[in-house]
Amino acid sequence: MDIGRLVAMANDIAAFFDSEPDKAVAAEGVRFHITRFWDPRMRREIIAHAQGGGAGLTATAKSAVALLTNSPNQSK
Amino acid sequence: MYAKEYHDLGTPAANGEPVTLEIDGTTVTVPAGTSIMRAAALAGADVPKLCATDTLKAFGSCRVCLVEIEGRKGFPASCTTEVAAGMKVRTANDAVTRLRRSVLELYVSEHPMGTCADSSRCELETLAAAHGIAESRFAGANTPRHLHTAMPVDASNPYFRFDNDACIVCSRCVRACEDTQGTYALTIEGRGIDSRVSASQQQPFLESECVSCGACVEACPTGALMEKSIITAGLPQQAVTTTCAYCGVGCSLVAEITDGAVSRMVPNRNGRANQGHACVKGRFAYGYATHADRVTRPMIRKRITDEWREVSWDEAFGYAASEFKRIQATHGKDSIGGITSSRCTNEETFLVQKLVRAAFGTNNVDTCARVCHSPTGYGLKHTLGESAGTQEFVSVQHADVIVVIGASPTEAHPVFASQMKRRLRAGARLIVIDPRAIALVKSPHVEADYHLRLQPGTNVAVINALAHVVVTEGLTKDQYIADRCEQDSYEKWKKFVADPVNSPEAMETVSGVPAALIRGAARLYARGPNSAIYYGLGVTEHSQGTTMVMGIANLAMATGNLGREGVGVSPLRGQNNVQGSCDMGSFPHEFSGYRHVSDDATRAQFESMWKVQLGAEPGLRIPNMFEAALDGSFRGLYIQGEDFAQSDPNTAHVTAALSAMECIVIQDIFHNETARFAHVFLPGSSFLEKDGTFTNAERRISRVRKIIEPLAGLADWEVTAGLSSALGYPMTYAHPSQIMDEIAALTPTFRGVSYEKLDQLGSIQWPCNERAPSGTPTMHVDSFVRGKGKFYVTAYVPTNERTSGRYPLLLTTGRVLTQYNVGAQTRRTANLAWHSEDRLELHPHDAEARGIEHGDWVGVTSRAGDTVLRVEITDRVAPGVVYTTFHFPESGANLITTENSDWATNCPEYKVTAVQVVKVAQPAAWQLRRQAKQSASVD
Repeated sequence: MDIGRLVAMANDIAAFFDSEPDKAVAAEGVRFHITRFWDPRMRREIIAHAQGGGAGLTATAKSAVALLTNSPNQSK
Repeated sequence: MYAKEYHDLGTPAANGEPVTLEIDGTTVTVPAGTSIMRAAALAGADVPKLCATDTLKAFGSCRVCLVEIEGRKGFPASCTTEVAAGMKVRTANDAVTRLRRSVLELYVSEHPMGTCADSSRCELETLAAAHGIAESRFAGANTPRHLHTAMPVDASNPYFRFDNDACIVCSRCVRACEDTQGTYALTIEGRGIDSRVSASQQQPFLESECVSCGACVEACPTGALMEKSIITAGLPQQAVTTTCAYCGVGCSLVAEITDGAVSRMVPNRNGRANQGHACVKGRFAYGYATHADRVTRPMIRKRITDEWREVSWDEAFGYAASEFKRIQATHGKDSIGGITSSRCTNEETFLVQKLVRAAFGTNNVDTCARVCHSPTGYGLKHTLGESAGTQEFVSVQHADVIVVIGASPTEAHPVFASQMKRRLRAGARLIVIDPRAIALVKSPHVEADYHLRLQPGTNVAVINALAHVVVTEGLTKDQYIADRCEQDSYEKWKKFVADPVNSPEAMETVSGVPAALIRGAARLYARGPNSAIYYGLGVTEHSQGTTMVMGIANLAMATGNLGREGVGVSPLRGQNNVQGSCDMGSFPHEFSGYRHVSDDATRAQFESMWKVQLGAEPGLRIPNMFEAALDGSFRGLYIQGEDFAQSDPNTAHVTAALSAMECIVIQDIFHNETARFAHVFLPGSSFLEKDGTFTNAERRISRVRKIIEPLAGLADWEVTAGLSSALGYPMTYAHPSQIMDEIAALTPTFRGVSYEKLDQLGSIQWPCNERAPSGTPTMHVDSFVRGKGKFYVTAYVPTNERTSGRYPLLLTTGRVLTQYNVGAQTRRTANLAWHSEDRLELHPHDAEARGIEHGDWVGVTSRAGDTVLRVEITDRVAPGVVYTTFHFPESGANLITTENSDWATNCPEYKVTAVQVVKVAQPAAWQLRRQAKQSASVD
């Protein structure tokens, strides 16, 4: 998928959570959102992009993607 | 003329304490405030009448309804005389009958017997005949009226005509226009025998302010105002109650049938959503269902450049199934998906998502709600606990302050707008938050106290500024918050909005709204005491759509405006079944009832019922599907009742994605824009051709009933079942009621819903289960569904779509009253008489600066593309803002909208596109080619 589009989506999500003063909480918010709403192939691609340097990702988005795993959704 | 078999009780219901009286020797008990006319009708002793009808306040002009009351002088009109305890009424005796006969003769002197072609349609002639009147003693040189007034029949409206000769000037039409519709287009002009009904200033109906809602036609007691369809087809022989297939108001309608075809559609007087009213679309624009353009044979083709080949249903199902299997065998099970339709029934959308999850084996299912109200689902679920509006429509009658944000109810939800206007005329205050001066800002007897005319894209700045005033001026309901909300989230939010950066003064530079107006509006809203927010796509279709929905919920919680009648947060849903399609598990991350696919317990229930293993990972959303199609990982799509190529943003991007797929299966009633990229076409069925249910914007589930057989032989639910069976996953339902039983078994909020109960109650607002067996009109009454309401910090983040020297104007989009969505239905009706093309609204200052005059063709260019529209110069839009609708494919409105989307849901940002507008000589080449092609096909 167009990685630029995925980066933009991750950054948009991060922009919402950026109002959270605790950056760890903000990153976890982004991670949780992506895990709940992104198809696995999208998660795989953003993880691979982050592992390659994560060009274009904001700080919060980058922190969040670092928390993502390729493992399936956990039961909620 | 009333609906067939409707018993008109003459005056509206009252709700006082019980009063007992005697009518014609029968003891009757009715609420105080009830008219004698209504009490008598309830007792089975209908009093003759002409100017009275139970949808309108008593008028007391015709004097036909005279009665005798023991102990009282004279013969009072029963419509304007209220019941009293111990009263003894005679509705008929010699004296009353003699008087009534004389009055009727006076009417007949102006409207001779036989004036109406079919006297059985005429209340006057029917009454006169019943009183033995064949001609009038009072007829003279100046009567009948038509000799005096000499007016031609006005047949300008495509759906009804006005024959002044048959008019008895009873004012029912004028009062219906005022009280029921609230448009005030009709009046009685002249005096005495010169009196006559006038649309606007003696204009033909079509050219007047009339909005063609038809309330006047239904109210008319003679043949003066009459549907042309009834004149052509004759009187109805049958009547079937069903639900409108247009907007999210979900009007209950009675389809009247003559010789097997619908001859008239009238609002159900007992319909809870519409309260006996309808609009130009629901009442009149149903002709698309039998339009010649309907596709009635399945078709297939190998490549999208090939000609279509008509085939049998079995061959079409077989071909589609084999293609989907082939793609999955090569590219994996997640390489295909499906789209449910907000125009189809709950049962049909449930089946499509079931097919995708169970037969395809993937969660790649989404719905057109993605591009309209998906932020509503997310925002309200997270703050309040349920992805739906909080009220029923009649709640607005208890509101003291009404806030309309990013919606134009008179255009897009006209029947609810009439209810809203009635409350506003009764004294409720109004705040409008919209870049455009929508009709509610100033119209007859309605004027907004505040119009916050914000820049497109700054909703969140304004909602935060409103909240800032509420918090810093001590207008919060602290006990309500302490009892019902998460205190820590509240404290966090309170600190956030109290920050001076969110003050009206600071946000004025962002939104363009004067701080004083925001302060005034915030105080008005907070002090209510009952304040209700209604919002539309002007809230959701933004990069911060979800943030804005959360901001609205925050404000309502902080001021205690949730959990009772007259308050609430109510999304005005665009299409008839947007709420239902979301409820039914159409989103890729959740099952019906908004439960995430990763929830093991929920998934186990579905797996047990469906006998198949289901995925725990969310699937692709619509925009993600397009991206995946372009990278080759998504290659097949089953689309029920949706037209991406016209309705979705950045058309060039969408069509590139559609072109990249190997198998697209379209199920639709017309050959739409997206069908140009399809390989299989499965003919759909209109709402007249199937059984099922729709769920409207107030969570009201209403029955859709089959009136005619499906033109293509199968209802939509049968088509999905056929495709599923061909894929090796048989669906064996005998009737949609069995699908609803399955929905009820699998969905906690629908557990008590069944067709039997719907027939008993008329309609049901979910949740309907053990705790609420008759449904739930108002949500969050004692506590929020999520337990404690949660405040979210909603920082304003400017959209990436900015104006520049090259694109200096902001385009926003919307609807007009007479057209609907992409126009597939309404473009195939006589509604074209009002709106036959999309136009670009441009402010006079912007027009002058560009040398553009009213009616010119203008090129509209954005970063995504360009198109040409005809211009309308108006100050409805502010300088720097332009506006258009997207009802006509030849307008190409979505060629210029961008892929920007809401952060949480990917709902497109239709409402903010930076553009440049320049004068051009003619439409673009592709538009001319399209017009030529259409002209050729019409010829």
